[in-house]
Amino acid sequence: MITVELVKLVRRPRVWVSIGLLCLLPIIVAIFISSTKIAPPPGQGGAFLSAVLSNGSLYPAAAMAMVVPLFLPIAVAVLAGDAVAGEATTGMLRYLLIRPVGRTRLLVAKLISLTAFVLLAVVMVLATSWLTGRLLFGNAPVVQTGITSLSGTVLTPEQIALRLAASLGYITISMLGVAAIALFLSTVTDSPLGATLGALATLVGSELLVTLGAAASISPYLPTRYWLAWVDFFRVPILWRDIERGVALQAVYVLVFLGAAWANFMTKDVKS
Amino acid sequence: MIKTRALTKRFGSVVAVDGVDLDVREGDRFGLLGPNGSGKTTVARLVLGLIFATRGEIELLGQPMPKGARRVLPDVGALVESPGAYPHLAGRTNLMLLDAAGRSSRRTRKHRVDDALARVGLGSVDSRPVRAYSLGMRQRLGIAAALLTRPKLLILDEPTNGLDPRGIRDVRDLLLELASDGVTLFVSSHLLSEVEHLCNRVGIMDCGRLVLQEDLATLRAPTGHVIVETPDAVAATALLDGRVVRNNGDGLLVRDTDVATLNADLVRAGIRVTGISVERRTLERVVLEVTGLGSDRVDPLSPVSETSVDAQ
Repeated sequence: MITVELVKLVRRPRVWVSIGLLCLLPIIVAIFISSTKIAPPPGQGGAFLSAVLSNGSLYPAAAMAMVVPLFLPIAVAVLAGDAVAGEATTGMLRYLLIRPVGRTRLLVAKLISLTAFVLLAVVMVLATSWLTGRLLFGNAPVVQTGITSLSGTVLTPEQIALRLAASLGYITISMLGVAAIALFLSTVTDSPLGATLGALATLVGSELLVTLGAAASISPYLPTRYWLAWVDFFRVPILWRDIERGVALQAVYVLVFLGAAWANFMTKDVKS
Repeated sequence: MIKTRALTKRFGSVVAVDGVDLDVREGDRFGLLGPNGSGKTTVARLVLGLIFATRGEIELLGQPMPKGARRVLPDVGALVESPGAYPHLAGRTNLMLLDAAGRSSRRTRKHRVDDALARVGLGSVDSRPVRAYSLGMRQRLGIAAALLTRPKLLILDEPTNGLDPRGIRDVRDLLLELASDGVTLFVSSHLLSEVEHLCNRVGIMDCGRLVLQEDLATLRAPTGHVIVETPDAVAATALLDGRVVRNNGDGLLVRDTDVATLNADLVRAGIRVTGISVERRTLERVVLEVTGLGSDRVDPLSPVSETSVDAQ
């Protein structure tokens, strides 16, 4: 069943369109910045963007900072919202279940396929933005000079690679939180769009409340609160506080919503 | 093969299936008839473990459902309500994926898929996506999916839905062929002719209840009457002396069971006979006798209640 889900993932035009769009956004931004040479002043605009003009090798990190807050979660919510409700819409859910594919196995396969999508999307964004950075800003010879971290000290290429890999892991965990919420809603309704919208509404609401001073008391528990904490991997020394909290928070969201999705799906009457 | 005891399913306040004791035996060609909304599809879903019973027990191939699903469902093929497919993939790819989802051998997969497609008449289907299929092709694909595992029991809900007369004939021939190979059939339909041609046992549902479950041969047993068609109706009535139950224009209904002797008597008396046959109950009559109005029919208030309003 896991293989089947992965085959379905890569044979789905929608998946490649969304990955293409995710890769396109940083490329467009890079073209504007490199042609005008106007980078946001330090401390403003997206993280790392102010530094890319002088050093193109930091562009993958800048690209991540662009897609993680909005673009990537939308793509994840669309796919995860479609996971069970989409099968119900095509009528395949009942045929998979009487194949028989166990309900737990079906959910696990969906979750693995969603994780694969997040990894694939992030790796593609990193790869294309690295190329873009090398081509458009790539005048700083990385190997000799290394890369300046956010804290001003110099990181070696090995350190950068390691920290990008750690960021990849952190972003995947953050996106699994979104996926779990959308997957749960997907087992509740038979409408993929409804599940996606529900998950997006949660995220938009959370993003809004995070910036609202009056809601500061609940902000540490909001799903999007620590999404950008992976930026701290690029400080020297690494600032672990938010990263740890972010991982713990997402773990709770994933466990609670996956548990709810499982409990709901196991007892659900498949009437579609 | 399928046995249910007091099977009941409620959806909120609606009782979709109410105390059904179904018994489908090995080798049966069982036809479940009933008006739209009488609970046929719900029974199929309950038996397959897609929905869970409110009360009652289900036994499928000797195992309790839904507990034994993993053990028995590999031997069951099913088409429930409508065929399912991923619209952006080709029919063959759809079957390959469905086959791979179960625990089936990878080595023989292509052979099994080709065989299932050939049996339903889609053997040389091209790589068009299912989106572009006609309703009939989708239905054939759905039946092919049910045949993938070479099942011992086929549960088909409205199998000829969307098929043209030729397609209906093809499907019926295929099902009869499978039945002669020992596959037990459980077909639900609201088309009487389909069931009459295909099945040897009939269940009739009405408003969630199984109101009748009987061999088709028993249902269609002679009524004890013979229909005699003759231009000499008056002479025949005189000869048969009180055994004529009814003269409905095109034939006399005669109380008798021995057609041959009756025919000989009539001819000996010089009465011309254009047709003579044993009267049997039609399945349609049986169904209409035991079922009420279909639940998709909503009549205006009956005159009785209007009168009571007038009386006040």
